[in-house]
Amino acid sequence: MKHIFFCFAFVCSLLLPAACSRAETTETPQAVLTVMTHDSFAVSEEVVKIFEEQYDVTLVFLKSGDTGAALNRAILTRNNPEADVFYGVDNTFLSRAVQEGIFEPYKPSTLADIPEEFTAGLAGMVTPVDFADVCINYDKAWFAERGLAVPKSLADLAKTAYKGEPGNGLLVVENPATSSPGLAFLLTTIAEYGEAGYLDYWRSLKQNGVVVVNDWETAYYTNFSASSGRGLQPMVVSYATSPAAEVVFAAEPLSDAPTASITGENTCFRQVEYAGILKGTTQLELAQRFIDFMLSPVFQEDLPLQMFVYPVNPAADLPEIFTKYAARAEEPARLDPVLISKNREEWIAAWSRVMLP
Amino acid sequence: MRMVRGLVKAFKSSGVLLWGAPLALLLVFFFVPMAAILKVMFERSGAIVFTDTLRPLGFTFYQAALSTVLTLLLGLPAAYVFARYDFPGKHLMRTLNMLPFILPTVVTAAAFNALLGPRGWVNLLLMQITGLQVPPVTFLNTFTAILVAHVFYNLAIIIRVVGSAWSQLDPRLENSARVLGASPRRAFREVIFPILRRPILSAALLVFLFDFTSFGVILMLGGAGFATLEVAIYSQALHFLNLPMAGLLSVMQLASTLIILLLYGRVSHGEDVPLFPRLHGEGTRKPRTLLEKWIVASVIVLLFLFQVLPLLALAGRSVIRVEAERGQRTEVQAGFTLDYYRELFINRQQSIFYVPPSRAVVNSMRYAGITTVISVTAGTLLAYALVKRPRIRRWLDPLVMLPFGASAVTLGLGFIIAFNGTRLSSTSLPWLVPLAHSLIAMPFVLRTIQPVLASLPESLRQSAAVLGASPLRAWWEVEVKLISRSLLAGGLFAFTISLGEFGATSFISRPENPTLPVAIFRYLGQPGGLNYGQAMAMATILILICAISIALLERLSHAFVGND
Repeated sequence: MKHIFFCFAFVCSLLLPAACSRAETTETPQAVLTVMTHDSFAVSEEVVKIFEEQYDVTLVFLKSGDTGAALNRAILTRNNPEADVFYGVDNTFLSRAVQEGIFEPYKPSTLADIPEEFTAGLAGMVTPVDFADVCINYDKAWFAERGLAVPKSLADLAKTAYKGEPGNGLLVVENPATSSPGLAFLLTTIAEYGEAGYLDYWRSLKQNGVVVVNDWETAYYTNFSASSGRGLQPMVVSYATSPAAEVVFAAEPLSDAPTASITGENTCFRQVEYAGILKGTTQLELAQRFIDFMLSPVFQEDLPLQMFVYPVNPAADLPEIFTKYAARAEEPARLDPVLISKNREEWIAAWSRVMLP
Repeated sequence: MRMVRGLVKAFKSSGVLLWGAPLALLLVFFFVPMAAILKVMFERSGAIVFTDTLRPLGFTFYQAALSTVLTLLLGLPAAYVFARYDFPGKHLMRTLNMLPFILPTVVTAAAFNALLGPRGWVNLLLMQITGLQVPPVTFLNTFTAILVAHVFYNLAIIIRVVGSAWSQLDPRLENSARVLGASPRRAFREVIFPILRRPILSAALLVFLFDFTSFGVILMLGGAGFATLEVAIYSQALHFLNLPMAGLLSVMQLASTLIILLLYGRVSHGEDVPLFPRLHGEGTRKPRTLLEKWIVASVIVLLFLFQVLPLLALAGRSVIRVEAERGQRTEVQAGFTLDYYRELFINRQQSIFYVPPSRAVVNSMRYAGITTVISVTAGTLLAYALVKRPRIRRWLDPLVMLPFGASAVTLGLGFIIAFNGTRLSSTSLPWLVPLAHSLIAMPFVLRTIQPVLASLPESLRQSAAVLGASPLRAWWEVEVKLISRSLLAGGLFAFTISLGEFGATSFISRPENPTLPVAIFRYLGQPGGLNYGQAMAMATILILICAISIALLERLSHAFVGND
């Protein structure tokens, strides 16, 4: 009987070294550039191939959870980085990431072509790649049918015209403690009403029956009335590009988007995503070329239909579906990234005390 | 020489051969990463507000205790029915009962939404009948939803762990008690229950710990009003980047788990009752009296309502397109479609991360297979160690169960920093996924096998030896066959845990090799009816694959045991 245990223990102890030797054989002589990013990252095969062939390199993408998870990973491994490039840190996390010193400064020569609103204050640490506005999406037919005007401003949302039953009102938002669009919307209200007034505004939203859920998936697919979940709320905090995605991924061809965004002044929060070279990379040269590549029209024009975001490079052509159905806020709400990183926790905590007693 | 012999003897009697390898696995893949991350967490900057931990801590205990009690209330009668009665469709029901276990919480949330959401089948039906304009049932984002989802997930644990012990119980014990004049109630209280006490405690412990570290259910079904420790860790670590606070919460979660395990050790302490296990099918019979029939029927109905209906609702959504008249909150049309399945095979966006469903299936099956082998081997060795070496049980048992109380977020970050720069880093090691799954599955295997193993009388193997069987043959033909049903249950747990695991997998798997749950989540990440439908289709495929695997494994084990 002992023998069989020997065998088991032996097999068990074999597992680890066997696993290691496997890893060895997968190494290729070709140069490898590793890009760490979040789960929502997507890119066309074709675009990746263009870069790989031009520089005779293999691109490896390392996805690790949402933006917060991926960023934590980069911060915790900063002494011995797992990747050469980090893509996907947004303006709510930016100043914290820069403060942690995970990035190697680099300023691509084409950065001058990028509008100043994206490049101001970056000090050559990271490069803006794309942006999307977090806005309220609404169910077009729902409002049309009732002859109800679509709210134009944050203040409108608090009016009695948009009052619903308690806890089952017309708007569903995400919890800023667990969701990044939720945080973006909270920041919009802070930009509009200031630190002194945003909580009162939320109290009035609460009186109007605003629904709070934890994640975008639930808000959109369970609560929103124009998604395939067919929920009860005709308004949801999502992206200004979501209506375009509704058309692209329609279950049956649509001639028009079923949803649209409210993009009035100070109603949206602009999320900008940046890419940076991770300090300690052994492929500095290639990493710089990849950052350049991300700003080039080839990569920029691939972004919209892959991730439903806008390219920062104005020279990039937008797909027709975007010009038709997606939207950009003309005057998005603005908040200083340094202020965001300083007060984020405090703001969310105060919000939770009011909204989730 | 004498010293060497002495050492060898001490070595043998310590049983290190049994627990050495599994413990090494735990050390490398649990304790090292956990210690590394906690150390780093407390070195980082961030404000610790101790009072903010108390509410999640209290709520975590409260919901876990309530969920466990509810699961036991429904699970114990079900275990009894499965162990004692034959009824039509029993095999099917056993398979179906296991299925919820595989579901990633994001899919469970979708299943309950499909059944009980504002546009779920139940509300649609009620609105049709009553002519109401507003859905009458509010289920999502309530405390009830958390409890129901926990029962939905964990019934399988009670039924498998307690049921497999119950079905091996010698029916003659009960019969003798009855012959001696005990009422059925007294026979249960004084004969059956004392014997089943350990498997029941064992199962209840698993359920409690499972609920204690609940994350996705709380987040997606309970809604924003509820936060367990695990949810608090998630927001502190990944949304506030406040690692010291996340560290404190993780320590509290681990410490609570340890206390629960030590308490459990106290309560479950006692002599094992050696039992002569019975052949499969011996103790079961068709329900005879009206009462028996009623009990069996109501258990089947309840299991169907709690476990099968949400799955059916989900599968329904993958083939039926629900189209509300634009803007209408009440009128809904439904039409049959296979588009969602067809679309799974098309890489419409030419994305480099597109994965055909077949590859996700193969990835998932391969990881699940490796996980099953590792965790059943390690779990069985540990079960032997705990049973044959009672002295080490006191410290080994809680140690092995501790990973249960680990926060997935914290452990995930721990993996990254502990293996960063080594060969074990996830960039180069595809084995990390099944190893992480094995860590989660091992306690299940151990808890399933140990109680049965403990009750095996030593005399059985001795008789085999007397009859001339070699130790190996005696072990293989007597012990293994007798514990095979528990081995099967443990293996099934391991297999299904691996198939459905999402949290750790999304952290360490490579994007080009996603598992089914990871692929499902990708579809749910973007708006659009097609994405939602494809997520439901992929989830239905996951359920079907799992059902087939369970059915095959059950077959295999019955063929092995050789009677049914």
